[in-house]
Amino acid sequence: MRRTDSPHPGVASRPDGGSARDRILARLKAAQAGGRYPTPAAGEWYGPRDRNESPAERARRFQANMEAARAEVYRVNDGNWVEKLREILAAKGLTNLLLAPATPHGRLARQGLTGGAVACLAYDRPIEAWKPALFNDVQASLTAARGAIAETGSLILWPDADEPRLMSLVPPVHIVLVDAGTIHATFFDALQAENWAAGLPTNALLISSPSKTADIQQTLAYGAHGPKELVVLLKEVA
Amino acid sequence: MSEKPLHFMPTEGFRERSKAVVENEFLQKSFRAAMDFLMTKRAAQFPDADELESLRRLGERIRQNSLDKLPALLTQLETNLTRNGIHVHWAENADQANAIILDICKKHGAKRMVKGKSMVSEEIEFNHAAEAAGVEAIETDMGEYILQLAGEKPSHIIMPAIHKTKQQIAKLFAEQIPGVAYTEDVDALIQIGRTVLRQKFLEADIGLSGVNFAVAETGTLCLVENEGNGRLSTTAPRVHVAITGIEKVVEKLEHVPPLFSLLTRSATGQAVTTYFNMISKPRQPGEKDGPEEVHLVLLDNGRTQPYADEELRKTLQCIRCGACMNHCPVYTHIGGHAYGTTYPGPIGEIISPHLMGLEATATLPSASSLCGACGEVCPVKIPIPDLLVRLRSEINSKPGSGSPLQGQGAGYSRLMTAVWRGWAAIYANPAFYRLYSWLVSRFNWLTPAGQGGWTSVRTPLRPAPKRLRDLLAERE
Ligand code: SF4
Repeated sequence: MRRTDSPHPGVASRPDGGSARDRILARLKAAQAGGRYPTPAAGEWYGPRDRNESPAERARRFQANMEAARAEVYRVNDGNWVEKLREILAAKGLTNLLLAPATPHGRLARQGLTGGAVACLAYDRPIEAWKPALFNDVQASLTAARGAIAETGSLILWPDADEPRLMSLVPPVHIVLVDAGTIHATFFDALQAENWAAGLPTNALLISSPSKTADIQQTLAYGAHGPKELVVLLKEVA
Repeated sequence: MSEKPLHFMPTEGFRERSKAVVENEFLQKSFRAAMDFLMTKRAAQFPDADELESLRRLGERIRQNSLDKLPALLTQLETNLTRNGIHVHWAENADQANAIILDICKKHGAKRMVKGKSMVSEEIEFNHAAEAAGVEAIETDMGEYILQLAGEKPSHIIMPAIHKTKQQIAKLFAEQIPGVAYTEDVDALIQIGRTVLRQKFLEADIGLSGVNFAVAETGTLCLVENEGNGRLSTTAPRVHVAITGIEKVVEKLEHVPPLFSLLTRSATGQAVTTYFNMISKPRQPGEKDGPEEVHLVLLDNGRTQPYADEELRKTLQCIRCGACMNHCPVYTHIGGHAYGTTYPGPIGEIISPHLMGLEATATLPSASSLCGACGEVCPVKIPIPDLLVRLRSEINSKPGSGSPLQGQGAGYSRLMTAVWRGWAAIYANPAFYRLYSWLVSRFNWLTPAGQGGWTSVRTPLRPAPKRLRDLLAERE
């Protein structure tokens, strides 16, 4: 076991009043020089990066980076994406899909899939009411992405009440609908342009590939704990 | 889950542990191959030397800014987290941190914990404390899970099971997991782990995670990972507890992208990891999942010691990427376990003396050839070699004569100090030096064949029969 005689002066639990918080802050303040560095502005470094590329180039870069990380990317538009979704589900032999019927894209997908081989499920109650079913029975999910990042090939998700956090994580196949117009050059650009600092949601996420690990002999294996397959429907103006 | 508790007394047995690894040809080859792999992948991520250098400079400035304003930023972080509904706790040492986490478990009657990867939880030996309190704490990172089954500690901060072969893991799984047949197929092994741990995620009532960056401006905890176990540990259970060292705070949200980029590229040579998970609140009304309660434990455990010294403070710039290990010739030869500390390699050599005192770690700063590779690759430009030299002099100076580092003077030897004083006196005085060099060259046959540590692996040092000045004189 760890030695109980703490090696740190003044750190051994002493009954001399004051909280751990106060003592830590007091030690830091006693040592602090303070104010020598101006707050660095990351924008100076990101400033000149990739701002001049056309939307088409940016979408290509995003797609190439995602595909290099083993995501499947399909170019779709408003008119055909539901059809593409149906094809993908059929090709993968999936028989159910978790979606958000309260969102416009969820409603369209449900309409398009009605009467087919795929049962549409809704995340319409708190997780406590159906955790085992989510973990054991759901084969795939469809969520929207709030945006994307070209530089690293990343999807930006802000899970919410309609598309909760576990929806993009637990089902083995995750299908994401993303609008090509929302692709930013860099992560920095995304959070500056949308002023994330003004208010972040409960959870904000970047997703850049199917779940993976190289923990056994540096051998890359997909499907560690999250989705084994990541499918991106990249929606462009028709 | 029984784990053999290891004693944290790195100095004891350091030589023996290192020797055992160095003499194991198989381990030598596999460490070499693993480090070459990681170094090549990192290099491929930084094709442009200027871009790398300017990004490292930015990373350094961001981390120095954080440390410069640390007390104010910690208070701001606390205020914003609290406003967001996240509970903040402060711990001065491992015992306090363990007590805080176990108290939260107790309050919720939580007995089954899933853990995301957290080196700080290793630092405080949380799993032993949990076991003693009757809480089942399951490691869910694949590497950590393997080590928990094996009853071992991580040997690398990013790739914890880097010392294990797939054959060893195959055997371990077949022996330890009921109903599992021996297979060396890596995909199959990962799927076995996935299946076992899914059940744990489903059943767990509390999740523990580390933190990569804590943003003061917004009150946000950022987690970097590839597997999804970090997201599951922080989302599936009713309660999430995060633990981190007090140095992990950054001032602005815009400071996160450059550090994140430096971290993933330096650590595993990835442009980005699979997931970047930013947590700012517990579950809000109307939301259907996520923990109802989120806690953050801020740990000191000796970090305020280097903070007090301007030079040593740079130690706290670290973003725990592990690049210094991957590039360290000593680490590559002796592996992570030989160090006997939670953090091995160059970062371990400079941080452990503060976490554990210099008595327990006196040999560590010398476990370096000072080749400089660690300092060259460090994404936040920590001058690791300079800090090693500084710690060596703190260890070897007379007790009470140096700065107030815990254990300063732990390696002090009166004889050694006298020898070096004498050496300095001779070399500083031309007349002494002339006489001395004449004597040692003319009487070089008196040089002993056994020269202690030097001759244990090398041929003896013997002064030349003639000095340079003698040779030059002959030529004239
Ligand atoms: S000291 Fe530098 S190179 Fe080593 S782990 Fe920390 S940040 Fe990475």
